[in-house]
Order: sequence, then structure tokens, then C-alpha cells
Amino acid sequence: MAGIVGYGAYVPRMRIKVEEIARVWNEDAESIKKGLSITEKSVPSMDEDAATIAVEAARNALSHSGINPKEIGAVYVGSESHPYAVKPTATIVAQAIGAGTSLTAADLEFACKAGTAGIQMLMGMTDSSMIKYGITIGSDTSQGRPGDALEYTASAGGAALVIGKEKSECIAEILATASYTTDTPDFWRREGANFPSHGGRFTGEPGYFKHIVHASKLLFEKTGFKPSDFTYAVFHQPNGKFPKNAAKLLGFTEKQIEIGLLTPLIGNTYSGASMLGLCAVLDNAVPGERILVTSFGSGAGSDSFAIEVTEGINEKRGRAVKISTMIKDKQYIDYAQYLKNRNSITKR
Amino acid sequence: MEKASAGMWRKIDSRYNLVGSMCERCGTKYFPQRAICRNCGKDTKMLHRKMSGRGTVYSHSEIRVPAEAFKESAPYTVGIIELEEGPKVEGHIIDNGKKVEIGTKVKTAFRKMYTDGEEGLIHYHFKFIPE
Ligand SMILES: [Zn+2]
Repeated sequence: MAGIVGYGAYVPRMRIKVEEIARVWNEDAESIKKGLSITEKSVPSMDEDAATIAVEAARNALSHSGINPKEIGAVYVGSESHPYAVKPTATIVAQAIGAGTSLTAADLEFACKAGTAGIQMLMGMTDSSMIKYGITIGSDTSQGRPGDALEYTASAGGAALVIGKEKSECIAEILATASYTTDTPDFWRREGANFPSHGGRFTGEPGYFKHIVHASKLLFEKTGFKPSDFTYAVFHQPNGKFPKNAAKLLGFTEKQIEIGLLTPLIGNTYSGASMLGLCAVLDNAVPGERILVTSFGSGAGSDSFAIEVTEGINEKRGRAVKISTMIKDKQYIDYAQYLKNRNSITKR
Repeated sequence: MEKASAGMWRKIDSRYNLVGSMCERCGTKYFPQRAICRNCGKDTKMLHRKMSGRGTVYSHSEIRVPAEAFKESAPYTVGIIELEEGPKVEGHIIDNGKKVEIGTKVKTAFRKMYTDGEEGLIHYHFKFIPE
């Protein structure tokens, strides 16, 4: 059965506080912090993009896995901020992690859930012995239009999972997966547009909540599990509040989602979000514990996974930087520096 | 600015992964790659070897008047890093909130180096970052 052989993540060190963005737009920081349940967000440096973040996350996942990169048979990068419109990020990553050339690679796009679609593809490919190992990465440097509510949350980060099927090499088994997909125009960005558009604040119900709940329930039906069979749950986290409400709708407690909920501290890392949450949980989980992960991508769909941690996790512990350490290593910037980092202001 | 060419493609493994050379006979490591060993001359085979990327700052300086490609990122720090394998390598040193001094231990990070204008290639490269 397919499982996770290694995991790794990367969060840029720069942060901007809600107060600083609110100061520029003359908005009430306290009500925004409360409404979105977020305090600050990560910001990429000028020399970071979705490809560099994907490479750093993938390198961390590889050191954690302990596998020979030449044995990787597939590289998938899920992002909605691929640096090139035409020219895959996945080939840059494959080369930078020292994978060989006899492999398949592709960029995936499905708003915030492209990375978890990659997990499912690799489950099928490893289970069928088409490849020995594959790596899937969710990585984004997402942008919110200046002054838009998304500007408080759209951040940068990524996570990578090495998937394989040898139980002795895995740190966790993926017991089952289920997806729920519909054509829902809740959030989009047209080719060539710099910023995304969205259906406003009322898209939560037909978008996020409907898909998260359906996919999770399909997974419960498939496995016979109920919320109390999981020690942890991780939901896609566009802000700090939605996952709490999703947990409540499905019957999970706040304690179950606590460790995997990172958005309040780093913002919404889009394709990185649910996978980063999973990595933070894996940093803390012990053998035998179960984790539910349900991603969400606008447009819209959710992938849900039942994951069980295995003995292998103890052996590989400490091989890569902990997510909590990465989150604590930060440097605050002001709005002017933020604009410069986002290439919104340039030197003549 | 550099054009996309076969020459540039051959350098990608050096730029992404610090792949240098190692003399099969005496074991001396080199970066960038060399065809001939300084000790053994031509009587040996030079093998490709990936450097660990770990090393110490040998010298450094802050660039305030940058080359055109780096005008947005000035001021920035460049330096010579003595790799733990021996070779001395020039590179950009990223400020990650830690002080850069002679002897500072560094590792590599994967970053954008420069882009060929609005429509050209994006060039990725290793940079050094204090550990
Ligand atoms: Zn020699």
C-alpha cells in the first residue's frame, strides 16, 4: 500500500503583520485579525518564487526520506504561481534535487489542491509498481490584489511528500483517499492577469465547505472511520477561521486540528497549505496515530486522505528542520518592503 | 545578458547543485569543474562530484553599485566561501538576519539569480546562507 517515505517543507522568513497592511488601507486591524483568525503572513524574498520554494521543500523531503534521488520516477509540482506560463517548474525541481533523467514530470494546477492531486497520482503509480518513488510538491507565492481582503492572507510556502510503497521505508501509510469535484466558479485568475478574482465573501458555503465536507464524508463511508478514529485533522486553510468551522461541521474538536492549523501564523500558502499542515502534524505524531487530511481547490474540488503513522517515523525523526522551527525563524517587513519584494515597485 | 544555449545548459548542474570535479588518483576536489588535476596533470580521470554546499566565509563585501541584472536587490553581499571539500567558490551571500563575518559557517540555498528582462529566462543558482 502506498505511503509517505519522507516529507519536507519550506516557509520564507519574511513576515508582514495584519496591523501593517491595515495601516496602509486605513482598516481596523483588530476586527480583521478576529474575522480571519490570522496575525501575520509569510512573504517571499525578491529572489524566491514557487520554483525555489518547491526545490527547498523537495530537498528537505529527500533528506528526510533517506532515498537515492536517482530512484525517483515521477516529479509533480502543484502551484497556481508557476514562474513560467510555458516551461515546467517540475523539470527545475527534478534537476535541483539530483533526480535522474528517466523520469516523468509535470506541473499540476488546481488552485490550492494541485499538490494533493499529485499524492493521488503517485499512490496509483507506486501501488501499480510503475515507479518506485515519486515526489509531489505544493508550492505557491500567491498574490492578493492590493486593498483586497485576500491581501491579508495570500502568502508563500511549500511542502513536499516522497511517496513509495515499501512498508519498511514508510513513515505513514495512506489507508484511503476520496475526492469530490464540481464546476464551481468561486475563484479564478485568467491567463495574463496578475491577480485573482473571486466571488466575494459568500463563496465559502458552495465552495470551501461543501467540497471539504463531501470529500471527508466520502472518505468516512469508504473506510468506516469516524472523526474520533483520528488523532489529528488537517483541512485546507484559506484563513484561520474556515478550518475551525469545517471541523465543527464534521464533528472534529479544536484540539484535533490545532497542530495542523498554520494559517494564523504564516497565512494561506495555497497549494502548500494542507500539505504544510500535514507536515507539522507528522513532526509531532507517533506510530499508530491516524490523520485526516482534506484539501480544497477553488473551481472546485477536495481530496481527502486517511493516513496512519507507522514505526518508521521514529527512525527518521530529526533528519529535517521542524516546521515549528521554520515558522519561528522570521523577520518583519513593512508595507513598502513588501511591495518591493512583490515586484510592485521597481527602481527606474 | 546570457542567451539560452547548450553552453548554459551544461552548467546547470554546477549552478543548481555545486557539481564540481574530483581527481580519481589523488582525491583533490575542484569547483568549478576542471579537466586536468593540478597535482596529477593528465595522468588521471576527473570525476563529477557534488559539493556539500557547506563551508565558511573566506571574504565578503557589500555591493552598493550593482550590475544591471541585480539593480533591484542592491545592496547585497558577495563573498568567497571556502567549501569543506577545499575549493573556494564565489557567490552571493543572503542576509537571513544572521551576521556575516569571516569564518561564518554557511550552507547553500536555491534562489533566483537574475532574469533576462520581462520575457526571457529566469536563471536559478545556489546562494550561500549563514547556518
Ligand atoms: Zn590528482
